[in-house]
Amino acid sequence: MVWINALLQGVLLGGLYALFAAGLSLMFGVMRFVNIAHGDFIVVAAYLMMTSVLIAGVNPFVGIGLVVVIMAAAGYLGQRFLLNRVLGKDILPPILVTFGLSIILQNALLEIFSADSRRVQTGWLETASISLNDVVALGLLPILMFVAALAVLALLQWIFYHTALGRLLRATSDDAEIVPLMGGNNAHIFALATMLASGVVAVAGVLLAMKTNFDPTAGPARLLFAFEAVIIGGLGNIWGTLAGGIVLGVAQTIGAQIDTGYQVLAGHLAFLAVLVLRPRGLFPKTIG
Amino acid sequence: MTQPLLEVRGLTAFYGDFQALFEIGFSVAEDETVAIIGANGAGKSTFLRVLTGLHASVGQDIVFSGSQIAGISADRVHKRGIAMVPEGRRLFPSLSVEENLLIGASGGRDGPWTLDAVYDLFPDLTSKRRNPGTALSGGQQQMVAIGRALMSNPKLLLCDEISLGLAPKIIKDIYAAVPRIHDLGTSIVVVEQDVGQALAVADRIYCFQEGRVSLTGTPETLTRADIAKAYFGIDEEEAA
Ligand SMILES: Nc1ncnc2c1ncn2[C@@H]1O[C@H](COP(=O)(O)OP(=O)(O)OP(=O)(O)O)[C@@H](O)[C@H]1O
Ligand SMILES: [Mg+2]
Repeated sequence: MVWINALLQGVLLGGLYALFAAGLSLMFGVMRFVNIAHGDFIVVAAYLMMTSVLIAGVNPFVGIGLVVVIMAAAGYLGQRFLLNRVLGKDILPPILVTFGLSIILQNALLEIFSADSRRVQTGWLETASISLNDVVALGLLPILMFVAALAVLALLQWIFYHTALGRLLRATSDDAEIVPLMGGNNAHIFALATMLASGVVAVAGVLLAMKTNFDPTAGPARLLFAFEAVIIGGLGNIWGTLAGGIVLGVAQTIGAQIDTGYQVLAGHLAFLAVLVLRPRGLFPKTIG
Repeated sequence: MTQPLLEVRGLTAFYGDFQALFEIGFSVAEDETVAIIGANGAGKSTFLRVLTGLHASVGQDIVFSGSQIAGISADRVHKRGIAMVPEGRRLFPSLSVEENLLIGASGGRDGPWTLDAVYDLFPDLTSKRRNPGTALSGGQQQMVAIGRALMSNPKLLLCDEISLGLAPKIIKDIYAAVPRIHDLGTSIVVVEQDVGQALAVADRIYCFQEGRVSLTGTPETLTRADIAKAYFGIDEEEAA
């Protein structure tokens, strides 16, 4: 029974990991952009949530909307006026620049918020749970977070496959060079992709803030989980990303069940196993 | 003579230090179909890429519809009314046939070319509209590439080697579309290595050779010997 409990907790955790992964995968998919500061953006969103709810006293639901809007706007502007400048045939400049950005963000957060670890309280939600029997009890908050993650992924999927913007993003992912021949402005499209990714990052950051303690250095570990979920699931497939997140989440909770110290290690082992056995991920993109 | 739709003077192009085009003069009148012929590496594709803004055109002299378009980005050139069928078709593999067509209309103008009009021009595509573009035969892919360019209702359509790698019967089908496109008010430039095809379809011919215009004229006035010399840079008699 404890194992079933661990499994279910892992699945719920996987939703959050899938959100971590989705933004990373989206930016890489559309413009081959590897964002090393991805985890730090998630943490920035967590601090934004904390600031708006705890300091400015904003209603949590309004807070989520606020963080999404701020992050999305910053994503658009940052891509359009900074990151687009380092985009090119070479994949290295974006890595270097976002690596620098990661260090800057961590230090800025440290300066503003100190090294104390924080958390956004969720009141009665924190303890509410649904008991299936004596051992298996699922927290209401993790369930809601999982549902939120599913909703965000479904929205992304819908945007990608049922809107003109999604069509343009997929075309850009295929062959960015000729998209201008169809009237698309690459700089604008790249910025829109980052805007979408940043919106997802915002939700991920808010959920992180409600789920665990975080501090200014929490980003790189989140980046690692995001990478692992993307690789496990296979690039360029939103539901594959969800599966990747779930596999990683389950591996971690099972590991933690064996020994709390094994949580992160078990996730890495699952990642390595997939890398060795199915290097293209569990659900590789079928076309292209 | 009225003002041409497109007028290019003294155009040059470089890849790094390598000069690919030298002092190209070129024009297309309203309603005209112009063919560019020339051997591999003559600079035909480069020329089209400069016209569309895909290759840097800063400082060139390219007047389209009465205004200077040199140095303008490719997406804005497209909005002015120039569309291109790129070399090698370049369909988007993760998009269906219909999505490939729709994306061509993104920044375009209104006009006679709609999804229905394209399916009417190329009926073969109708049953394939949900298929991925890359699941089609070469000829059908070329039809999608042409349809995609038409969807923006361009004033000028540039076609880069639309017959390349296709069977003669398919080439005939594809070229049958050219007069119909023309009749709906689009001027056309075709780049073609098949000289016979070029002579058959064009009102006027330019021959490129090593980055220069080596010959221009109408199909009626050009002799085979002229073309062979302009194409290969040698006299046919010498070659024989
Ligand atoms: N990206 C590039 N970098 C460097 N040189 C290039 C590049 N593209 C083309 N060239 C060179 O420019 C010249 C003109 O090439 P271009 O592709 O325009 O010729 P083309 O007439 O279209 O030939 P083809 O009939 O083979 O398509 C060639 O010498 C080619 O090697
Ligand atoms: Mg060419």
